[in-house]
Amino acid sequence: MIEHAFRGSRKYWSWLLFLALVILAGFYFYMRQFIYGLGVTGMSRNVSWGLYIAQFTFIVGVAASAVMVVLPYYLHDYKAFGKITILGEFLAISSVIMCMLFVFVDLGQPFRVLNIFLYPTFHSLMFWDVVALSGYLVLNVIITRVTLEAERNSISPPKWIRPVIIISIPWAISIHTVTAFLFAGLAGRPFWLTAVLAPRFLASAFSAGPALLLLLCLLLKKLTRFDAGEEAIKKLGLIITYAMCVNVFLILMEFFTTFYSHIPEDAAHLQYLYFGLDGKAKLVPWMWASAALAIISLAVLLVPRARRDHRTLILACTAVFLSIWIDKGLGLVITGFIPSPFGKVIQYWPTIPESMIALGIWAIGVLLITIFYKMALSIRREVEA
Amino acid sequence: MSISRRTLLKLAGLTVLGVTAEKYASAHAGSTTAKVLAKAVSAGKRLTNNNVQQKVRLAMVVDLRKCVSEQGCTKCIDACNQAHNIPDFGDSKDAIKWIWEEPYENAFLDQENFYMRDEFKNKMVPVFCNNCDEPPCVEVCPTQATFKRDDGIVMMDWHRCIGCRYCMAACPYGSRSFNWRDPRPFIKNINPDYPTRMKGVVEKCTWCDERVDQGLLPLCVEACPEKAMAFGNLNDPDSDVRQLLKDNFSVRRKPGLGTSPEIYYLV
Repeated sequence: MIEHAFRGSRKYWSWLLFLALVILAGFYFYMRQFIYGLGVTGMSRNVSWGLYIAQFTFIVGVAASAVMVVLPYYLHDYKAFGKITILGEFLAISSVIMCMLFVFVDLGQPFRVLNIFLYPTFHSLMFWDVVALSGYLVLNVIITRVTLEAERNSISPPKWIRPVIIISIPWAISIHTVTAFLFAGLAGRPFWLTAVLAPRFLASAFSAGPALLLLLCLLLKKLTRFDAGEEAIKKLGLIITYAMCVNVFLILMEFFTTFYSHIPEDAAHLQYLYFGLDGKAKLVPWMWASAALAIISLAVLLVPRARRDHRTLILACTAVFLSIWIDKGLGLVITGFIPSPFGKVIQYWPTIPESMIALGIWAIGVLLITIFYKMALSIRREVEA
Repeated sequence: MSISRRTLLKLAGLTVLGVTAEKYASAHAGSTTAKVLAKAVSAGKRLTNNNVQQKVRLAMVVDLRKCVSEQGCTKCIDACNQAHNIPDFGDSKDAIKWIWEEPYENAFLDQENFYMRDEFKNKMVPVFCNNCDEPPCVEVCPTQATFKRDDGIVMMDWHRCIGCRYCMAACPYGSRSFNWRDPRPFIKNINPDYPTRMKGVVEKCTWCDERVDQGLLPLCVEACPEKAMAFGNLNDPDSDVRQLLKDNFSVRRKPGLGTSPEIYYLV
């Protein structure tokens, strides 16, 4: 199966080479961090989690979102997703690997990472998150491997794989729920202490993830002979529309509860994020950009004709992805720490080494997606021929 | 009066407990924890049967009326920093803090008190790890590198910590510090009797567990020229801390979060 990854056009190889260079640059900066310590990042005593954990949180959502194609296809036998389900599952695998890397580079003592399994601690959500993510990775590796193998041999997949696929559906929900619990269970951080966090995570995941998948499908159509099919694209667009509406609705819920109750310690965080506090407002332009992108995307998605037009659909999906990337991959984690437990506004911004390491992990993710999609599409072409 | 079998068994069990505790105390002569344990058990005998099993709960009392931090006194901080090999990064983002000062209104963020007594308006409050009875840091730690001792001290195993900093996110008091870089070059005078830390692990105040085990008071308590701090067993009604809490009004930092912080401030 993997042999298909080693046969490709010049364009394919130069793309891989480019990604390898970005990964190498990221690795160089990781070695610098490894030698000096996490002090090369912008994180501090007060803002002790930054870009790494924020990106981790965002990408867990992308991983979980595979369920939005798996569920209709396998549970409801929705045939139109037949071609893209494997793409969703491969996207999930690549994302989970990125998640694990983001957690790994965030560790102060990375060589001790196995202590999580040596001293399993059931009252720690971190333990459960690692269990959930590893399990999800294993499930998806088995599923893609078995279904793709069956497809290559033009036979139907073995019966035992169906229960595995069915288990992967609630499992996908669980990875993002547990990730939300990582934050939502901390009494001392009022910004995250909200029961709506897990639902919000799921809604944003189910819009940003399928938006990325849709963009990838349209890109594949342009670059290769792969065509997801108009019906699949249309249905994905509809899923993104619903999920994005719920996501924006839940964000507005946060605004109401926080500002109408106006408990000072709770309100200070949202105040900092959207309006600035004590004259400090590093994240404010980003958050308003996120809000503007959300409005633009909904303005397109909610009009059926605009949603059907691929040009405007691409615009909307890009807007959804970027809006949620800012909201979750930047604002949500950092703002939990600002202001500090002493009410002081100490800001955070990622440094160049930190950003390069993050970029390197993204490049690893893109490299994996490229290889996986190459494999899947080559096998499919072989079968057709 | 007839003694039921149940009561008899209870009494027998009680005696065994008491004897064991006294044996333990004599075996560890000089250990405060052992002594207080023995005292707590004998105190329990005098109270009700249920209280026999009550454990030692160490606690700290800081009398802010006696503390002269506003006059620039940093004796408790200096003593701690020197003894525990705390590096000096200045007040940079890398700062390591075990005991330090915060203005009253920052230390007690949830208590908006206007028109306070003048001396409290500019008061600097010594803050450090509350060694909570329900420590959220211990709850979230994925490797049990931070854990609670039987006497209530919340400990840190620097050799097991993976540096995920979940405990720092969970602590409502900002009491935990992370070694963002190698601290050793920034320690002014290394104290060879206490370990230094490496980069990538979390640390915090542990109420001088190394001294408590030798029957000594925490250094800050001892170093205070105004005798503004007291330390002892909260479950012993005769202890200093209990006496102070009985006679004075005390506040704690963010008690509403349910963490049971064990530093009591007298105002």
